[in-house]
Amino acid sequence: MEFILIILIGVLYTAGLYMIMRRSFVKVIIGLIFLGHAANLLIFTVGRITQGSPAFINADGSIPSPVADPLPQALILTAIVIGFGVQAFAIVLFKRAYQTVGTDDLDEMKKTDEL
Amino acid sequence: MLLALPIISPLFFGILMILFWKNFRANRIINLIASIVSLTIAIILIAEVIDVRILTLHMGNWQAPFGITLVADLFSAVMVLISAVIGFTTAIYSLATMDEDREKFGFYPLLQILLMGINGAFLTGDIFNLYVWFEVMLISSFVLLSLGGKRDQLEGAIKYVTLNLLSSALFLAGVGILYGLAGTLNMADLARKLPLSNQPEMTTVVSMLFLVAFGIKSAVFPLYFWLPASYHTPPAAVSAIFAGLLTKVGVYALIRVFTLIFTTDSELTHTVILVIAGFTMVTGVLGAASQMDFRRILSFHIISQIGYMIMGLGLFSPLAIAGGIFYIIHHIIVKTNLFLVSGVVNKISGTYDLKKLGSLYKLYPLLGLLFLVPALSLAGIPPLSGFWAKFILIKAGLELGEFAIVAVSLFVGLLTLYSMTKIWNEAFWKDAVDEQDIISIPGTLSQKILLFLPIVFLGLITITIGFYVEPFWNFANDAANQLLNPEFYIKAVLGNVR
Repeated sequence: MEFILIILIGVLYTAGLYMIMRRSFVKVIIGLIFLGHAANLLIFTVGRITQGSPAFINADGSIPSPVADPLPQALILTAIVIGFGVQAFAIVLFKRAYQTVGTDDLDEMKKTDEL
Repeated sequence: MLLALPIISPLFFGILMILFWKNFRANRIINLIASIVSLTIAIILIAEVIDVRILTLHMGNWQAPFGITLVADLFSAVMVLISAVIGFTTAIYSLATMDEDREKFGFYPLLQILLMGINGAFLTGDIFNLYVWFEVMLISSFVLLSLGGKRDQLEGAIKYVTLNLLSSALFLAGVGILYGLAGTLNMADLARKLPLSNQPEMTTVVSMLFLVAFGIKSAVFPLYFWLPASYHTPPAAVSAIFAGLLTKVGVYALIRVFTLIFTTDSELTHTVILVIAGFTMVTGVLGAASQMDFRRILSFHIISQIGYMIMGLGLFSPLAIAGGIFYIIHHIIVKTNLFLVSGVVNKISGTYDLKKLGSLYKLYPLLGLLFLVPALSLAGIPPLSGFWAKFILIKAGLELGEFAIVAVSLFVGLLTLYSMTKIWNEAFWKDAVDEQDIISIPGTLSQKILLFLPIVFLGLITITIGFYVEPFWNFANDAANQLLNPEFYIKAVLGNVR
C-alpha cells in the first residue's frame, strides 16, 4: 500500500510542478490542485498506515494495541478544506484576470514587471 | 484568556462589520474602534509578558502537546504590538485615502481578518496551527490585493497567489514529514522530540523544506519575484500594511523554527541562511536601483531589508539575533511609513512615476521632512533607528569574524542611501516637468489631518527609537536570549514533564 502511495505522490508532485510552469491559466490551477493533493497524500503516508485497527479505545477504557493514529487524517481534512477554499478563490481570480487582460497566456502578463 | 484576545477581537469586529455590509460609515467607525481595542490588548499583553516572561494558554483546556497551545514570549508579544500599531495607523490612513467602492465591498472586515491571521501566526505554539493562520492571512491578503479589479492588480495578484500557494503546499508537506519523524506538532514538543527521532539527515532535509516555504513568504533570494510584481499595485493603505507586516510574518516563522526546532545542524542550515541573506540584500538593492517608480523602489527595498533580518538569524549569536529582532521592529515602522508617504504623493500628483513627479519640497516642505525621517532611517543614517539596527548586526558580524557578510551589508547600506537620494532628487528636489499638474492636497482640513497623523505618528516612533535606543535594545536583547535558550519556552509550554 505504501509503495503505491509513494509512487502516486511522486507522480502528483512531478505533474503539479510541470503544470505550474505551463503558460496557460487553467494548467497552472490544475498544477496547484495536484500539489495540494500530493501534500495531503504525503501526510497520510508518513503518518503510518495501520490496517484494521480503528482509533477507538475499548469500552473499559483500555487502549487496544496496535491503534491507528487519527491525527494525520484530521490534518488532511483541515488541509483539504483550506485548499478547497483557496483553489476556489484562485479559479475566480484567474477567470476575472482572463476577462480583464483578455489573454490566458501568463507570458503576456508582464505589465507589472516592466520598467 | 489575554492570549486569545488579539485573535478574538479582530474576528469579533470583522464579523460585526460584515453585518453592516455596504454601510461604509458604520464600517469605518467599527474598524477604528477595533484597531484601538487591538492596540490596547497588545499593550496589556506585552506588559504582562515583560512581567512573567512567557505566557501560555491551552485552548479548550487540552494540555500540551495534545491540544493547540498559544504562547507569547517577548518576540511574539512585540510582533503583536507592532501589528496592532500598523493596524491602527492604517485604519486612520484609510479614512482619508480609501475609495468608497472598496469600503463598500468589505475592505475593513478583510483588514481585521488579515490582522487576525497575522496575530494568530505570531501567537501559536503549534506548527500545523501556524499553517492554518498563514492560510487565513493569505486568503484575506489575496482578496485585499485584488479588490478593485484593475488590470495591474489582477496581474500582480496572479503572481502573488500562485507562488504563495506553492509555498503553502511545501509548508504542508514539511509539517507532514515533521509529524512522521517526531509524532507531535507542538513546537516545544518538537524541539524536545526531534533530536530523539535519531534521523539527523531527514531533519536537515525537512528544515530546508521549511526554509523554502518560509523563504517564499518572506521574499528571500531567489524566491522573491512575486513581491515586486504585486506590492505596487493596490491602493497605498493596502500596500503599506502588506509591506510592513506580511513578509515579516515569514521572517518571524523562519526565526521561530530555526531557533527552536532546527538547531541541531546549525553549521549547515545557518550558513545556508547567511549566504541567502547576502544575496537577498544585494539583489534587492540592485533591483531598486534600476526602478523609476516610487513604490517599486520601496518594494525592492523590502527584499534587501529582509536580507538584514535573515543575516541576524544566519549569524546565530545572541547579539546577531537581537540585532535581527531590532531590525524587524525598526523596519516595519519605517517601511509602512514610506508607503504611506508615497500614498500622499500619489494623492497630490496622481502618479507614482518619479519622472513625472517633482517640486514637492518647494510646495510641501512638511511632506519632504516627513519623507526624510523614514528614508534616512532606512538608509541607516545616525541617530535614527536604522543606524542602530545596522550597527548591532555589523558589530555581531565582526565579532564572529564573518567579514564578507559585513562588507556586503555596508555596501548595500550605501546603495540604499543612493535609492533614497534618487527618490528625494526626483520627487522632491527637481522642478516638476509640468508645473500645472501640481494641485493642493485634496480634501477638507479634517481629511488632511487624518492623512498626516499616521505618518507623523510613525515618524515620531522612528525618532524615539533613534534617540532613546536603550530600552528598545535591552528588550531585543532579552527577546534574543529567550529565543536562544529554548528550554524556557519548552518548560513554559509543557511544564515539567519528562
